[in-house]
Amino acid sequence: MLVNELKKSFLISLWFMFLTFPIMVIRVNTVENIIQWRWANLFFVGIGSFVLSALWRYLIRRKEQGIKKTEVDGVARVTLSQRLLRERRFTIPALIVIAIVALAFPFVFSLYQTNIMITALIYVLLGLGLNIVVGVAGLLDLGYAAFYLVGAYSYALLNYHFGFGFWTVLGLGAGMAALFGIILGFPVLRLRGDYLAIVTLGFGEIIRLIMENWNEFSFGPSGIANIPRPGFFGVEMNFEQVTVYVYFLMIALSLFTIFVVNRLQNSRIGRAWIALREDEVACQAMGIDKRKTKLMAFALGATWAGFAGVVFAAKTTFINPASFTLWESINILCVVVLGGMGSIVGVIVGAFILILLPEYLRFLSEYRILAFGTVLVLMMVFRPGGIVETVRRTYQYEEADH
Amino acid sequence: MLSLVDIHTFYGNIQALKGVSLEVNEGEIITLIGANGAGKTTTLMSISGIVPPRTGNIRFMGESITRVNPDKIVSMGISQVPEGRRIFPYLTVLENLDMGAFLRDDKDGVKSDLDYVYSLFPILAERRNQAGGTLSGGEQQMLAISRALMARPRMLLMDEPSLGLAPLIVKQIFEIIKKINSENNTTIFLVEQNANLALKVAHRGYVMENGRITLSDTADSLLSNEDVKKAYLGI
Repeated sequence: MLVNELKKSFLISLWFMFLTFPIMVIRVNTVENIIQWRWANLFFVGIGSFVLSALWRYLIRRKEQGIKKTEVDGVARVTLSQRLLRERRFTIPALIVIAIVALAFPFVFSLYQTNIMITALIYVLLGLGLNIVVGVAGLLDLGYAAFYLVGAYSYALLNYHFGFGFWTVLGLGAGMAALFGIILGFPVLRLRGDYLAIVTLGFGEIIRLIMENWNEFSFGPSGIANIPRPGFFGVEMNFEQVTVYVYFLMIALSLFTIFVVNRLQNSRIGRAWIALREDEVACQAMGIDKRKTKLMAFALGATWAGFAGVVFAAKTTFINPASFTLWESINILCVVVLGGMGSIVGVIVGAFILILLPEYLRFLSEYRILAFGTVLVLMMVFRPGGIVETVRRTYQYEEADH
Repeated sequence: MLSLVDIHTFYGNIQALKGVSLEVNEGEIITLIGANGAGKTTTLMSISGIVPPRTGNIRFMGESITRVNPDKIVSMGISQVPEGRRIFPYLTVLENLDMGAFLRDDKDGVKSDLDYVYSLFPILAERRNQAGGTLSGGEQQMLAISRALMARPRMLLMDEPSLGLAPLIVKQIFEIIKKINSENNTTIFLVEQNANLALKVAHRGYVMENGRITLSDTADSLLSNEDVKKAYLGI
């Protein structure tokens, strides 16, 4: 068995040596008009690909054995993260530690770190919002950044034209985003899967392109500058204080989001979303209104993007359409998928990893996106359910009565 | 109670029902039998409003329900046990049952109905916190029936409840169907390929061929009808 595996790895390394031969070994020196043969490189490629392929095979095999074992035992494999989340002895101290770190963070770390943290928290909001649409209701939305844009531009434009303050627009922006969620929802009610993904992708791009080209309305690609930062009962604050203030604002907003999303997921409408994801016909036979339920998922998902957009505009004080491209939508989708679809803790962890990892991988300079991509691929192979797989709290009301 | 008058239903350009008319009275068990592709499931889907008919008229309790939204039809008292069970695999048994009661707000009523379906199928009470997908075929069928009952229907549409089940389980399920009908006076519209079994529990029956009703009579006389015997009972 082992010999067989090693033989396969050896063949793969041979194949790789052959494939990379032209670029790794031959080098044409145009100055001296000679060909250099770098045989040492061939050796390194061989060793490298052999080790990596053996490692890969070993991990895949171990994973398959794990699946087989689950089938034999008949009990679902409980991952370490799920076990930890269930264990009260672990969760309560962990929550206390997180609370202390969150409270002390802006006073201990630099302004730069606090700013990164604010960005990560904005992504927590975005991730949790998209999680309702993609993770729970199973509607693949690739245009989510459009709602983020709606939130941000709501604040920027309402402030520019009418002088509306941050707190007024926080609600309005979320409402606008929800409205756009419904506007997007209507035409895509009948679509599923790939078709839905393509239409939402188009929707996201349309919104962005309108903002980019309708100069009279949105000031086009030059964007809107001098957006005021959030105020606090008219108290004057310097830049540093405002940043700390925004940080705590985001913490509060995140807690609010977690609370609401958690309540939603464990409500009847939350279960209806899951049911709709699993079987539309059965849902209709049960009297679940398909249209209303789907539109609600779109609207409630978009609401959080609206909140996040308003805060984003207030934090950066400058917005233009370039911040809301398809890449942004994909990034948010990655947060949800990588973190664990449907799992609130997973999405939060995913947001932090996805935002902080590229930030702290800066020393890898241009290779950081490559490294990031590799991490994503490996994640999907070995943990397809995400970092923290969802353990849905199930509905058991009658137990309380007995 | 329910009447269909000249229903024509299409899937895109393909016509599945070519003028179906039938009548169901309150408290009856009606069965609709026929071969594969005769249009039995489509008839139920038309009544439920999931595949609304293009022309024709469906009336329930004196009101027209043609082209009314499915959720409105469920709230009027028609609920369906879909073909192939179609339970929600990732929701628990209890959550599946709660989805059946989606449109209801009376908590006490839901609770007593829950106790009722648990008394019909005690196995579901045992497995209430288990995911629906982990149940056996028979248990899933029981769950699908219970889920439809949770809507407290006046009329229950059942699509092939015997599909893919062991004979012993099928017998048990048909016993329950009779019980539901006699205990709660729930009208039952039963679509079946297992014509023999269906005609034994039903009061009246309709025979369907190629999107049309070709025969209608009491169940007993259908059972003794020579054509039906030859075509559907295999005697």
